[in-house]
Amino acid sequence: MTNTIEEILHTDAIFIIGSNTTENHPVIGATMKQALRNNGTKLVVADPRRIELADYADVYLQIKPGTNIALLNGIMNVIIEKGLQDREFIEKNTENYEELEEIVKDYTPEKVAEICDVKAEDIIKAATIYGEADKAGIFYAMGITQHTTGTDGVMSISNLALLTGNLGKESAGVNPLRGQNNVQGSSDMAALPSDYPGYQKVFKEEVAEKFEKAWEVNLSRKVGLTVAEMLDAAEKGDIRTMYIMGENPMVSDPDINHVKKALESLDFLVVQDIFFSETCELADVILPAASFAEKDGTFTNTERRVQRVRKAIEPVGKSKPDWQIIMEVMNLLGYDKKYSHPSEIMDEIASLTPQYGGIDYVRLEDKDGLQWPCPTKDHPGTKYLHGTAIARGKGLFVPAKYKESAELPDREYPYIFTTGRILYHYHTRTMTGRVEGLNKQVPEAYVEIDEVTANKLDIKDGDKVRLTSRRGSIEVGAKITDIISEGVLFMPFHFAEAAANYLTNPALDPIAKIPEFKVAAVKLEKID
Amino acid sequence: MVKLTINGIDYEVERDKTVLQVCNDIGIDIPTLCHDERLEPYAACRMCLVEIEGAKNLQTSCSTKVREGMVVHTHNDKVMDARRDVLDLLLSNHPIDCLTCEKSGQCKLQDYAYEYGVREGTYVGEMRNKPIDDSNHFYTYDPDKCILCGLCVRVCDELQNTNAIGFEDRGFGTIVATPFDQGLGNSACVSCGNCVSVCPVGALMPKYDTKFRLWETKKVRTTCSYCGVGCQMDLLVKGDKVVGVEPAFDTFNNGLLCVKGKFGYKFINHGDRLKTPLIKKDGEFVEASWDEAYKLIISKIEDTKAKYGADALAGLSSARCTNEENYMFQKFMRAAIGTNNVDHCARL
Repeated sequence: MTNTIEEILHTDAIFIIGSNTTENHPVIGATMKQALRNNGTKLVVADPRRIELADYADVYLQIKPGTNIALLNGIMNVIIEKGLQDREFIEKNTENYEELEEIVKDYTPEKVAEICDVKAEDIIKAATIYGEADKAGIFYAMGITQHTTGTDGVMSISNLALLTGNLGKESAGVNPLRGQNNVQGSSDMAALPSDYPGYQKVFKEEVAEKFEKAWEVNLSRKVGLTVAEMLDAAEKGDIRTMYIMGENPMVSDPDINHVKKALESLDFLVVQDIFFSETCELADVILPAASFAEKDGTFTNTERRVQRVRKAIEPVGKSKPDWQIIMEVMNLLGYDKKYSHPSEIMDEIASLTPQYGGIDYVRLEDKDGLQWPCPTKDHPGTKYLHGTAIARGKGLFVPAKYKESAELPDREYPYIFTTGRILYHYHTRTMTGRVEGLNKQVPEAYVEIDEVTANKLDIKDGDKVRLTSRRGSIEVGAKITDIISEGVLFMPFHFAEAAANYLTNPALDPIAKIPEFKVAAVKLEKID
Repeated sequence: MVKLTINGIDYEVERDKTVLQVCNDIGIDIPTLCHDERLEPYAACRMCLVEIEGAKNLQTSCSTKVREGMVVHTHNDKVMDARRDVLDLLLSNHPIDCLTCEKSGQCKLQDYAYEYGVREGTYVGEMRNKPIDDSNHFYTYDPDKCILCGLCVRVCDELQNTNAIGFEDRGFGTIVATPFDQGLGNSACVSCGNCVSVCPVGALMPKYDTKFRLWETKKVRTTCSYCGVGCQMDLLVKGDKVVGVEPAFDTFNNGLLCVKGKFGYKFINHGDRLKTPLIKKDGEFVEASWDEAYKLIISKIEDTKAKYGADALAGLSSARCTNEENYMFQKFMRAAIGTNNVDHCARL
């Protein structure tokens, strides 16, 4: 998030696109509702499903999955048409406005209404609410990013915020909501094939030299492989050994049949986890890790706040904290550096990562943690980004044209299949699947089917159905609902027994390499 | 600023504050059962009564703003007697079963009864006798223990904004219930447990699977391990087990959690946890020592590297692990193995 969760309470307008906030970030969802109630904040929601917050919205746009960019361009078209853009901000703080104007010109509300399957007047209303607000924040999640056009989607959101001067001030901004507790931190820490910590590029000579000096070792300048590329390479035999820490690709990754084939092709697979996950089945060695309650450390939340994780109990059984296991393996491989406590690792992080430069465990004892960038020991942390100036100097408009999803419904696979999370479970259920109450609440997988489709196929609530895509087939119970449009099927991906990811499309965004989890074509049959 | 006198001492305080807030600021402890700084004043429990000279009756300090020249008494006999009367009334319609009550040791009614020396209720007569609502998977509601402070109803309304519960019936028959009394498990309730976290008595209780008294536990402040909001919370620890979770009230999540944060901790001490390294031998996993596991891993890594080069190895780090662990993992892949083939599930 460019901004801070607390600032939501004082925002004039909230635009949520591709985030089911009350289910997936419940406390942020509650904060938004407080703003609507106490601050008169207006709300625009765009989502293929009529999520809970849609009922609170001034305008709800039930868009067709995969049409975000058309909608965002349409909203910008209206804002420019109505003269609601922030001319002074554009003039002073941005570049390439002319190209944006040129591209969004074609996205009239009428044309966009047709693409997105919504009403033109609602697009105008949404644009007016966002455009007229003094401080407006955009909130998005995987509904924007998990497309072959994910990068364009994020850029379009950035364009909209720049167009209206909603960057670099309180209660506004571009606010991605991070799905996992430390997805921000693991990216900051460079669990990424092209970066060292702090997004310093591995192929830049001065960066590589800095890390070579600090780590006293020679380092590769060659960008590594992303998850999807690793799996492809494993299947081809180019990757021979993999080490997986705390992930469960056999449920979480697209096209599970392909994942399985790839992992089975390896000569050797190490899996390090707290439970015996579906991925563990394919491992040669499994290492038991300590849970978050059994170790010290830090997580960085969605608003860039670095916060302490504290050890409450001893590691269960013979398990060890992940940092200790990794250190011991490194030491055995001949890399001798030892750490006696995670605080020493944080000191090393701070010495090499500009954004974390002022962070240490003594300062983190403060109950509020520290929000990066926090470059020096006397820096208080940063509440919202781009406050004094936009980070790259000028905000760059990167306009994008709407492109269709990689796989569209056709005669053989006539339904749009989209996936997501629900309130009561978490990712691949290795944790929530072992909490009795959560399992009683939602014991098994289901697919949401709209009433018209269900009626046509004579499917009743609870009936077993078969879903088939070009990649796989699963059987699952039907949940008939009026919250999705005709022809759209939604399924939570949490459940290994009927894993939605047997069906999903592994087609990637060319830049971010994110798979298109949100749109696949499937067929639907009732099982008698 | 406003000048006033509290218990004979003169103070100059901020305008627009309540007498209760001012007393809290200067360290005078005023009892409350229905008050929560995050909510609108409610003035229902009458425990915060104070005497304000010139006022006809005792005033609820939570809903009375400070005024110039006010003279306040917070602990004189009249006030103390009134608070005892309040406790007497509450205890007259409350089971005195502290010996077995799960809330004992963290119950405000118990604490105040002790502080004000009220042993039991003296108003003998009918007592509330309603069934426990057990229909939610995570917590229970016992109307007989409820003191109708309304904290749960107001937190659900004003903070969580779910409005799943409200007061039902009137007068002596009043209880907290869901619409049409369908039970918590069949309502709009999203089981966030934010009502449970503010219940001052044993009416709303988590379904614990371990018996404990608060004084047997220690609280450890940490960050929730589920979504990216990063709510702060206290783990309640008894021995080597996490037995409960309380939200942090002095951080950005402001006393709020969701169902996973509040009740999703039971995986930690679950019997299925991996407890020892396992090595696959002839298709079966067998227990191994750390040394054996490490030896095998090192030999395979070195073998792969020697035969095919460092780029034939790849690692997946985890958005579930700490910053320090992610840092270590990428350093392991880069510095110890020699490849940039490291990624994690940010995109999933």
